[in-house]
Order: sequence, then structure tokens, then C-alpha cells
Amino acid sequence: MLKMKKFYSIFFILIFLPIKSYGLIEVDITRGNLNPLPLAVSPLSIDENSRSSFEKLLKKKNIGSEISTIVENNLKTSGLFNPLDKDAFLQAPDIANLKPRFEDWNLIKAQALITGKVNVVDEKLRVEFRLWDVLAGKEMMALAFTTVPNNWRRVGHIISDKVYERLTGEKGYFDTRIIYVAEEGPKTKRIKKLAIMDQDGANNKFLTLGNELVLTPRFNPTSQMVTYLSYFRNLPRVYLLDIETGKQEVVGDFPGMTFAPRFSPDGKKIIMSFAKDGNSEIYTMNLENRIVEKVTNHPSIDTSPSFSPDGKYIAFNSDRSGYQQIYIMRNDGSKVKRISFGKGIYGTPVWSPRGDLIAFTKLHKGKFYIGVMRTDGSGERLLTENFYQEAPSWSPNGRVLIFYRETKTDDKGKGFSAKLWSIDLTGYNERMVATPTDGSDPSWSSLLSN
Amino acid sequence: MNRSILISSVFHFIIIIITAMSLPFLAKKPIDLPPIVSVELIQITDKTNIPFAPKAKKIIEKIKEKEKKLVSEQAPPKKVKKIKPDSVPMPEDKVKKVEKIIEDKQNPEKIDNEIKQVSEFEKKELFDPNNIAALIDKSKEESAEAVKKSNDITQDQVKSFESSALTLSEEDALKAQIFGCWSIPLGLPYNENLLVRIKLQLKPDGSVIKSEILDHARMNKPGQGFYKVLAESALRAVKLCQPLRVPSTGYERWKDLQLNFDAREMLEG
Repeated sequence: MLKMKKFYSIFFILIFLPIKSYGLIEVDITRGNLNPLPLAVSPLSIDENSRSSFEKLLKKKNIGSEISTIVENNLKTSGLFNPLDKDAFLQAPDIANLKPRFEDWNLIKAQALITGKVNVVDEKLRVEFRLWDVLAGKEMMALAFTTVPNNWRRVGHIISDKVYERLTGEKGYFDTRIIYVAEEGPKTKRIKKLAIMDQDGANNKFLTLGNELVLTPRFNPTSQMVTYLSYFRNLPRVYLLDIETGKQEVVGDFPGMTFAPRFSPDGKKIIMSFAKDGNSEIYTMNLENRIVEKVTNHPSIDTSPSFSPDGKYIAFNSDRSGYQQIYIMRNDGSKVKRISFGKGIYGTPVWSPRGDLIAFTKLHKGKFYIGVMRTDGSGERLLTENFYQEAPSWSPNGRVLIFYRETKTDDKGKGFSAKLWSIDLTGYNERMVATPTDGSDPSWSSLLSN
Repeated sequence: MNRSILISSVFHFIIIIITAMSLPFLAKKPIDLPPIVSVELIQITDKTNIPFAPKAKKIIEKIKEKEKKLVSEQAPPKKVKKIKPDSVPMPEDKVKKVEKIIEDKQNPEKIDNEIKQVSEFEKKELFDPNNIAALIDKSKEESAEAVKKSNDITQDQVKSFESSALTLSEEDALKAQIFGCWSIPLGLPYNENLLVRIKLQLKPDGSVIKSEILDHARMNKPGQGFYKVLAESALRAVKLCQPLRVPSTGYERWKDLQLNFDAREMLEG
């Protein structure tokens, strides 16, 4: 009987014993490091037959290594990746491309690995590459390209873009070109030519002879067309130049001071400012029917217009508040709103291709700054400061700005130079872009492979 | 005249008597003021982060009991306690002492022994450092045992305790470790809702048995490239960081853990 009582009491205790299950513990990770991602770019493997044939064609000893060097340099200059030293690699390129030994790559702290193979197919260059996630031990991407051997540099840029996109989530900007004004001679007698090069400074070509003054070249965001300003018999003239065909045409002669023609996002219009009747206003020109329309109508000086990527808004400069500031308005000229309120003078607003930021040049207390702000004027960030710098132009992914910087002339009139520089949105990754001559007014093209 | 002197003296006498009678009463009844106890007020929320508070109470009580036992085991006889230098001798004791001394005087050897014993007790009771050290050590051992037992309890009966979150310091340690491992993809937009939730199954040493992205379906949807990149970077961070810096106790609490990766704050700069 007692036993039964005991049993029942234990039974009831067990029934009513509060058994609580745990809620899943959640930990919020809101910070991380901004260090460049360590990755290994293994030289692309090449068989002996292909190597010798490419050596004859391209005068390059090992085209596989050359392509991987381009990839490595591109990723390094982006500031987002840290390509590891090739001397530390433990696995041979050909074996790594087949099946990487992830432990070996993990050992040298690589988080991603690029491997690949180059061979000749019907006298064409065939390049395949693979991107590996070392920590997960899996392949992230595998692509192959076949092209004419002379395009080997572009293959390197395209691989860089694909890797960049896969690892950052946004499109790359390596398979692009930069058009700029190449400058030579003393400051008072400067020869200015239109020049174009790959974004890494290779394949530099001059497009004009330097007989006429050229200014402000700008790429069409949808094609390889360029618009620029040139003085013909001391009259400003707007030109269109097709980079692919070399065909050039005059859009029109404009009176007085004409500034910075720029394409609309769809490439069908040009927007610019010129002074008619002594007052500088913003105008658009339809490239198909050449009809010019006035956008602003204000007694102040309105210049430097730039369309938003959706084409609905225009950012521009105006001194209507007394000082030169940045304003935005609708594309029909309505709803004008001032967005820059900081100290100093603001100029050359350029809308980011991503649409979220506007880059500008700022002059304050005798110093020039390149900065960015949100489209409502908030979050102003000055990225770089110098004696003289201006004309920022966005990379097609809206991550990097290219601009030019001049150095001071000394008492003897020497020491002047103008160089192209790039800086990314973090403001830390600032680099000089090497050009054979001095350079100014750069403009970044859209991706060539699009 | 005589009459008035008599009345005055009677009154004086009465006053003296009353005073004499009342003063001791006053003296005997002092105002009993309780000592001031300072109390720090702490706001206690419904659910605190203090782990195993009920258990801690039990442990403390156990340790106290053990200490009591230890003291009683080694406590000197009551007799000796009476002749503590601090204590004020009562008149009766004095008499006894005198008697003892008288007795002792008759037997000098006995006196010596007695005095010796008393002094030894005094030493042992009050000043023997070894004894105190031993006490401390023992209590330490006991508390360690108690803690060990409590750990055993944690493993077995952990479900009966209220708190299931990590303490702030535990959470901070884990966060700090992952912050170091997570390379944020800087190309991500800051104005999009990108939150990656990863559920982890952990071993007691903090190494990861299984990691699972909770919104896995979103990874392969078109137009979710940014989400995929963020999710992959979060997975890399977890892999790079393992074994994770998890608490040394309470495995049941954190064997399943969810990490929410949100880079907006960093990307917004």
C-alpha cells in the first residue's frame, strides 16, 4: 500500500514538474572587419604546345601567368581584395585547377581561390577559370571564353569582373575604358589631345592631333560614343565621336561660354549649359532631331548638369543663393531644391550610376575636396583633399571615382603637372592612374562586355 | 517657621526619593535604536540575465553549513571561551578565578598546566595561521565541490531554470570573435533589407557541427545576388572563427545558436 502511495506521489510530481524548453539564443552580428578579402590567384596553367604558339603570336612568354597577373592587379587596386604572394602557393597551377587541396590554400589564409587553364583552339585563345570558396571547399563559379589572341588583356579584365561580382554582389568595373584630355607642354602653351586607355592605364591611344583645344569628354552610358567640347575658330563646338568606328560629327555650335555636355542615361539626349543673352542656363538637345530645349529659367548662373540614372532628375550647379551650390530638379526644370548646405563652394555634381550618391568638387578655405553626398544632401563625406582637384567621374558600378589633380607651379613657372587619380568610396584606396602624358577631365566608360 | 521647614524638608525628601527611584528606571530602559542598515536599490526586471540564481543560493547555503560544521569541529571548549581577553569578566567569574588561584597555589604544577593549556587554546583559537589557512583551503575545497555539483546539476536539470540567454559578457566574447572573422562585402547596398540568419549546431568545445541559412530559398532567387553574397560571407566568417568562443558551462543552453548578420550599420558608415 505504502509503495503504491509512493509511486503515485512520484508520478504526480513528474506530471506537474515544470519542464521548460529553451528558446533559441540569437546573437546579432552588426560589425565586421573591412580588411580586404585574402584570395589566391593561381597562374592559369598552359600546356607546352599552346605556350609556344602564343609566344609566337603575342610575344609573351607565358600568357597564362600574364592573364593571372592582370586579374591579380585589378583585384588589388579595387582595395577589396588582398591577392596573396604566389611564392606561398603549395599546389601547382594545373593540379589546382582540377581539384584544389583546400587544406593547402587554407594554410596560407586564402578565403577564395582562382584557378584556370589557357589553350589554343583553332588559333584562338580559350581561357577557362574557376573560382573556389576555400573555407566551404566548393566551386563558386566556372566560366570559359574563346576569343582572338590579341584580346588576352580583356579576358583578364572580364575574369576580374566576374570574380568581383561573385564576391561583392555588385558588377565589376575592370573591363572598361577611360577617356581623358592628354596634356603636354608648359602651362601657358598647353597642347590638349583627346586620349583613351583601359582603366588600368594600358592601351593608351590619342584620338585627336592636338591642333584644337579639347575639353570635357564624356562617355555615353549605353554605348562607346563620346561627346566632347572643342574650340573651332574660337567658337565652342560640341562633337560626337564613335570610339569603335572613329566617326566624328558636330552636334552644333553654341554661343558664349558652353560647358560640359553630358549624355542622358538612355544616350538619346545631351544636357549642357551655355550662355545665351548673357545668362547661363541648362539646355537639353535631342540627338535624333537636334531640338534644343531650355530646362532652367533663372537670372543666376546654372551650370554642370547631370542626370540621375533613371533620367527623372537633374543635379546642377547654381549661384542663386549667392554662392555656388548644388541643386536638384525634375527633368522638366520644376521642383528645384538646394541640397548642399556645407561651408564653401560646391561644383561639378555627378550622379552615381547606382543612383544613391552625388559626387562633387568642393572649394573651402583655399583647398579642393572631392566628396559625395546622398541625393537629399545628407551624409556629406569628403574623400580627398588637395591643392587643386576636380571633375570626378564614376566607375560604372558607382564604387570608384576618377578625377584629376594639379600640382602647384613654382616661382620659375615649373613644377606644374596634372595627373589622373582614383579613389573608392571608403576614401582610403587612393591611387594615381598612370598615363604617358599629363591628363585631365577623365570620364569612365560603361562595361565593354555588356 | 518650624512647620514650613518641615514641609520643605518633606517635599525635598520626596523629590530626592522620586529622583532616586526614577533614575535607575530611566537608565534601565535605554532607547533601543536599531543599527542603520544601508540597502542598495537595484531595479530588477522580470527576466534577469543572472544565471542560476536559485542554484547559487543553494550553493551559498551549503557552503555556509559546511563552514559552520568546520568551526564547531575545531572550536575550543566553552571554558576557554570565557577567558577571552575581549570579554568583560563578570563578578562571579572573578570569584571563581580567585578560588582557582587559591587552589592552584596549593598545587603549582597544576597551575602551570592549566595556564599552558589556556594559552595554547588561545593561540590555536585566535592566532594559528595554519589553522586559518586550513580552514580557508577546506572551505575552498568544499565550495569547489559544491560548484562541481552545481555543474552536474546544470547538465541534468538545466531545463528547470528560467534564464536561457547568454550573459552579456558571454555574448560580447562571441560577438568580438565573429567581428574579427567577418569580412563584410563592401559592395552591398546599405539601404536594402539584408539580414542573414544562420542557425548553428555546436559541439561543447564551440566547433560547428552544422550551419544552416534560415532563408535558404532566398539565396537562389533571381535578383537576390546581394543576399547570396552576404550569406556566403557570413558562412565563411563562421567557418573561419570556429571553434566559437562559447561559455564553458551550460551547453544545453547554447548548443543551438542563431547568428543574425546585419551589415547595414557598417555599410552606411
